[in-house]
Amino acid sequence: MKNWLILAAGTAVLALLPLLGDNYLMRLATIATMYVVLAQSWNFIGGLAGYPSFATAGFFGLGAYTSAVLMSMGSPLYLSWAAAGVAAVLFSALVGGAILHLRGHYFAIASLVTVEVLREIVNTTPDLTGGGMGLNLPIMRMSVAEHATFFFYAMLALAVACMACAILVHKSKLGFGLRCIQQNEDAANILGVNAYLYKTAGFAFSAVFAGIAGAIYASWVHYIEPPDVFDILLSVKPLVMVLLGGLGTIFGPAIGAFVLLAFEEVVWRNFLTLHAAALGIIIVALVLFLPNGLLSVTRERFGVRRKKRPGEARP
Amino acid sequence: MIYFQVLANGLILGGLYACIAVGFSLVWGVLNVINILHGSFVVFGSYIAYFAYAYWGIHPFASIFIAGVVLYGIGYAIQAGLVNRVIAAPVLITLTLTFGLDLIFNNAMLLAFSGDYRQVNLANPLPSLRLGPVFLPGDRVAAMVLAFLLTALLWRTLRDSSVGRAIVAVRMDREAAALMGVDVSRINAITFGIGALMAGAAGALLSIIYPISPINSGAFLGKAFIVCVIGGLGSVPGAIVGGVALGLVESLSAFWFGPEHALTISFLLLLLLLFVRPGGILGKKGYE
Repeated sequence: MKNWLILAAGTAVLALLPLLGDNYLMRLATIATMYVVLAQSWNFIGGLAGYPSFATAGFFGLGAYTSAVLMSMGSPLYLSWAAAGVAAVLFSALVGGAILHLRGHYFAIASLVTVEVLREIVNTTPDLTGGGMGLNLPIMRMSVAEHATFFFYAMLALAVACMACAILVHKSKLGFGLRCIQQNEDAANILGVNAYLYKTAGFAFSAVFAGIAGAIYASWVHYIEPPDVFDILLSVKPLVMVLLGGLGTIFGPAIGAFVLLAFEEVVWRNFLTLHAAALGIIIVALVLFLPNGLLSVTRERFGVRRKKRPGEARP
Repeated sequence: MIYFQVLANGLILGGLYACIAVGFSLVWGVLNVINILHGSFVVFGSYIAYFAYAYWGIHPFASIFIAGVVLYGIGYAIQAGLVNRVIAAPVLITLTLTFGLDLIFNNAMLLAFSGDYRQVNLANPLPSLRLGPVFLPGDRVAAMVLAFLLTALLWRTLRDSSVGRAIVAVRMDREAAALMGVDVSRINAITFGIGALMAGAAGALLSIIYPISPINSGAFLGKAFIVCVIGGLGSVPGAIVGGVALGLVESLSAFWFGPEHALTISFLLLLLLLFVRPGGILGKKGYE
């Protein structure tokens, strides 16, 4: 119940933002909600099941291209977005079937390679996707402010759906099973958790929202090209956000998304040529000093420290 | 007859790929760390060779030693100072750490050298060879031979020197090696240093073949991944088999389907191999 209240409160605050009438703020808020979606998507497979997936950019780009190609053929907006979600889920089932039996580094690489394969496929089919030239989407007939508000609400709705789904999954048998898999997959299998089914479901959850986010992004910016929507940073940033907020938590990914975006804005404004290095520094500092995320600091300060069980390794 | 040429091209590429990948494979196999920095190390080795040639006229093949020593130092320091602190953490953590370090290192190279492509243009290139219908550019053949020599040298070092035996021991069983008196942290740092050394040496060799730019680091890293998966982890012969196999696949698929599809096909091959034989062609079973 508490989780639903927090989600409702957060949504209400964000939903009031357009009243400020600042289009730049709208842009930032749209990106922030998109980051929330991507971080939460990654959390289903990476945080809960402990599978280091780098496929997020693949789902995002696949969704973007599915909807863009459909719209260039005259399909309506919402139908194209839904189709993007379906395409991402189908792709995740196909790829998941092939790579979810891998563990550790092998899974990480295999998921990374799926992104490269998708990018190369788009690059080498210029008749359908425009190839390296990119693809233009139909311009929507509305004013700048309307446009900004419309896409902010679209992305916010998706983020809320994604968060709600996360709350449900965390409480359900699926979330429990995924956490079991993270702790010890062989033991989970022996105890009757259908690990393969659960991992595939977790992977599908991590695909559907990222795919729709890609579709909304494509309609929002009107122009997509392979290096933009299959950018490897789209796979890495969600992971960093989740690490920032706390692995496998419900609101950690959202908090991490806002923190990372704020940090990015500061760096972009002041040190443009250093933004990659700045992201690198935050990653290194995070891994070395805050492996359990920002929330762990406040928790320790307020003394609600998790009790250490005997024999548990240092985190 | 054209196939002889395609095979020769594949073999030349393969030798260089083996040299790029063998350090990456060593670090992965021994430390269980995927070193995302590897591609940037290769590029940095190329820059060292480029500047040594531009300012002092040192031939890139001689720069192998300079690049190797410099990168060994960098690699040793990174492992001893940073990666060793989280070496026992889950895969995700070490992978993320080296990714962050790569962002920093690559950004620093972009600032220092700019993203412009540079190329070493040798004043006296070696003459080309002709074997019947097969045309062999002299410098590339020399680079391939040196790449195989370096890889073989690493193999002998791992087999015959005491440090090499210690590295192999850590690879087989970390705890047992520690019990036998091996200083595991130091061996970790040396291994990472050797991985960087091989990357730098490969970069110096590549400087006469490929244009040099920090942007290329991702492509080199991708090759290293594929070679490791094809050949299996942590073994030098595996890297050679994987490198030659990848070189042949790329050059054959470029010939059959066109060069623009070569990359896609090698990635698809990687996925297929991960599906049917995750340990690699020469990989041992039960070695995650």
